[in-house]
Amino acid sequence: MSCCAPGAEMALEVAAAASAPLSSEEIKLASRSLGGDMRQTDLSVPTVHCAACIQAIEAALGRVENIESARVNLSTKRVSVRWHGDSVPPFFAVLGRLGYQAHLFDPEIHEKDRTLSELIRAVAVAGFAAGNIMLLSVSVWSGAEGATRDLFHWLSALIAIPALAFAGGIFFRSAANALRHGRMNMDVPIAVGVSLAYAMSLYETINHGEHAYFDASVSLLFFLLIGRTLDHVMRERARTAVNGLSRLASRGSLVLRDDGTREYLPVAELVPGLRLLVVAGERIPVDGDIVSGNSDLDCSIVSGESAPKAVGAGAHVQAGTLNLTGPLTMLATAAAKDSFLAEMVRLMEAAEGGRSRYRRIADRVSALYAPVVHLAAFATFLGWMAASGDWHRAITIAIAVLIITCPCALGLAVPIVQVVAARRLFEAGVMVKEGSAMERLAAIDTAVFDKTGTLTLGRPKLVNASSIDPTMLAIAAGMAAHSRHPFSRAIASYAGYSSQSSVGSVTEHPGFGIEAITGGSTWRLGRRGWAGWKARTGGEGKLGGYDGTVLSKNGNIVACFAFEDSLRQDAKAAVRQLKDTGLSVDMLSGDTANACGEVAKSLGIESFVPALLPSGKVEWIEALTRAGHKVLMVGDGLNDTPALRAAHVSMAPATAADIGRQAADFVFLRESLLAVPLAVDVSRKAGRLIRQNIAVAIAYNALAVPIAVLGHVTPLIAAIAMSASSLIVIANAMRLQGMAKAAPEGAPARCRSDVLDAARP
Amino acid sequence: MTTLVYLIPVALFLGALGLSGFLWALRSGQYEDLDGAAERILIEPDNRP
Repeated sequence: MSCCAPGAEMALEVAAAASAPLSSEEIKLASRSLGGDMRQTDLSVPTVHCAACIQAIEAALGRVENIESARVNLSTKRVSVRWHGDSVPPFFAVLGRLGYQAHLFDPEIHEKDRTLSELIRAVAVAGFAAGNIMLLSVSVWSGAEGATRDLFHWLSALIAIPALAFAGGIFFRSAANALRHGRMNMDVPIAVGVSLAYAMSLYETINHGEHAYFDASVSLLFFLLIGRTLDHVMRERARTAVNGLSRLASRGSLVLRDDGTREYLPVAELVPGLRLLVVAGERIPVDGDIVSGNSDLDCSIVSGESAPKAVGAGAHVQAGTLNLTGPLTMLATAAAKDSFLAEMVRLMEAAEGGRSRYRRIADRVSALYAPVVHLAAFATFLGWMAASGDWHRAITIAIAVLIITCPCALGLAVPIVQVVAARRLFEAGVMVKEGSAMERLAAIDTAVFDKTGTLTLGRPKLVNASSIDPTMLAIAAGMAAHSRHPFSRAIASYAGYSSQSSVGSVTEHPGFGIEAITGGSTWRLGRRGWAGWKARTGGEGKLGGYDGTVLSKNGNIVACFAFEDSLRQDAKAAVRQLKDTGLSVDMLSGDTANACGEVAKSLGIESFVPALLPSGKVEWIEALTRAGHKVLMVGDGLNDTPALRAAHVSMAPATAADIGRQAADFVFLRESLLAVPLAVDVSRKAGRLIRQNIAVAIAYNALAVPIAVLGHVTPLIAAIAMSASSLIVIANAMRLQGMAKAAPEGAPARCRSDVLDAARP
Repeated sequence: MTTLVYLIPVALFLGALGLSGFLWALRSGQYEDLDGAAERILIEPDNRP
């Protein structure tokens, strides 16, 4: 790293997790043609964050042959590289030498954010119009009369036209869309209020009237657009951050043709019967059988099993598993669309989650609010018609009622709180995909966790290091540094604690272990049966967790290593905090009952279900839902994805499979599991503030409506009332920033036998 | 009244100038990397290729 402390603001620790070098074919596949032989590749580089980084990257990439230009975007932490020629320039090597880890970015995600630019343009136009019309209106209120007042009104009417057409269009379209589908949303009363106010003011202006509401209709749009833009920016930022993480699915695979040629094909073009070459560090692209080669597979993201699986010729492998140690030649038995991954996508689509039925608070309120407001305005019109018989006066007052009740504060009440809450979560490394996710999270009463990769890291940890001879440990660590196998990595991490011993020639035997020859002795680190070929039975017994990894010298076992899946940081504290807030915590896993029991015991989780298939997890969650519970699902694996979709609301760590991250409502980037209770806590506080804000807005209207109905509202009063209510709502939302952590009150976890019966017939 | 005849157009013109300036800046991508723009000022232009 060329600069200051890495990851100061958004510690993407997870990004450091294993990422295999990408083949140039894969890079080419992910690049975008710019015409001619010019191509653009977008890389996500999460660790850039200062001027020195920008300069180092741009200068280094600019010097590489065939690279036309490189441009760093610090806000999105991305580098776009334009290059030409047939061979892909070595971006990753160059960035790696500088100390930056880069991930390939999907071209289709790169689509420019049109909605945001449209919203910002609309805010700018509405702001300009609101400012100028307010200027003219203040002159009218200060006493401009006669021809001057008419001139000012006419000017206001002219300025308001582009604002209504451009900025108001967003609301008109949304309102029309809602009405076409027979629904009611917040935009309907806004659209009706704004357009009626404009029409009435225009009529007044033509007839040299005294009161015009141009300022009200335009500043209403301005305020509401600010809320909408903030909301959009928040979601966009979360989306970019989530998309910037490394992809876990492979884009293509090297195909071995019968005539001996090799070809790189995208995953979608792989058909059964092709022979594929999967080198160590790549993911298996489609389901298939191994033809030749030995290796270890990391299945944690697919099945939830934490221990790597040794595979050899004849074994069946599932798409999505990671090949750890040796090259494999496999025969594809299914196309990508029939592979395990696609199966998960289908299950996910089938899982009818709570979110599709969920209606946002704002929509529920407006469904009640809009008819009431419109009826009140209509009743006012009828009342004044009956009382005075003056239809002009009756309409004027009725429209004043509409303007004063226009849900300006109501439209801001929800998004502003959600923006502030999302910002707080963002600072804590939690990305929120959309506002309604927070509303749903606030309502949950049950938290369901996946085990491998969520409660645990899915990475083994050496547990008996203290009982191993330090010299042996040092030798083992020196050897282990040469391998990618998770056990080797766990051992290698102890290298720093003792003096580094140099190891001679090291060879890795995929599926078995590592062999080194130093000073005439043959050292082996790996499976008991392979490494300790002279020992009939090991000196030490099983030590729990994973077993059977030993270090041997000339065939005699000299050290045994015991591993355990290490718990995610703060997992215990997180579970306890969730329980303290009154949630019941369950664990669902595809792993064995034994492994689950140990983890559950150490975390204090009473109810857990082991050995579940992906569909089993969905059934379990649906059973909970049927029993009337609102479920939060936290999971990372491919096998959790359908369950993530089925739950009322879901969270995934940033290390999760791609489709898992896409399916989850929240993604937390840091390793600590405390993100879960934090998100629940912030969401609940936000929910409380939203209800307060809505209450404030309604109480405000209850106060203002009688004044309006009695015909005492002038444009000046309307302008003051509208801005004041908006300011109150914003100020209330800001309280979330400073809210101290309230002590959560304890509640005992409920008995879960009712659901247990329901889920397991 | 006569002063208004030129004062109001002047005010509106200046406002429109600001608005079009903002829209131009938006279109030319000056808001795409706000953090980067803040940092880039520290880079010596001579070192750029």
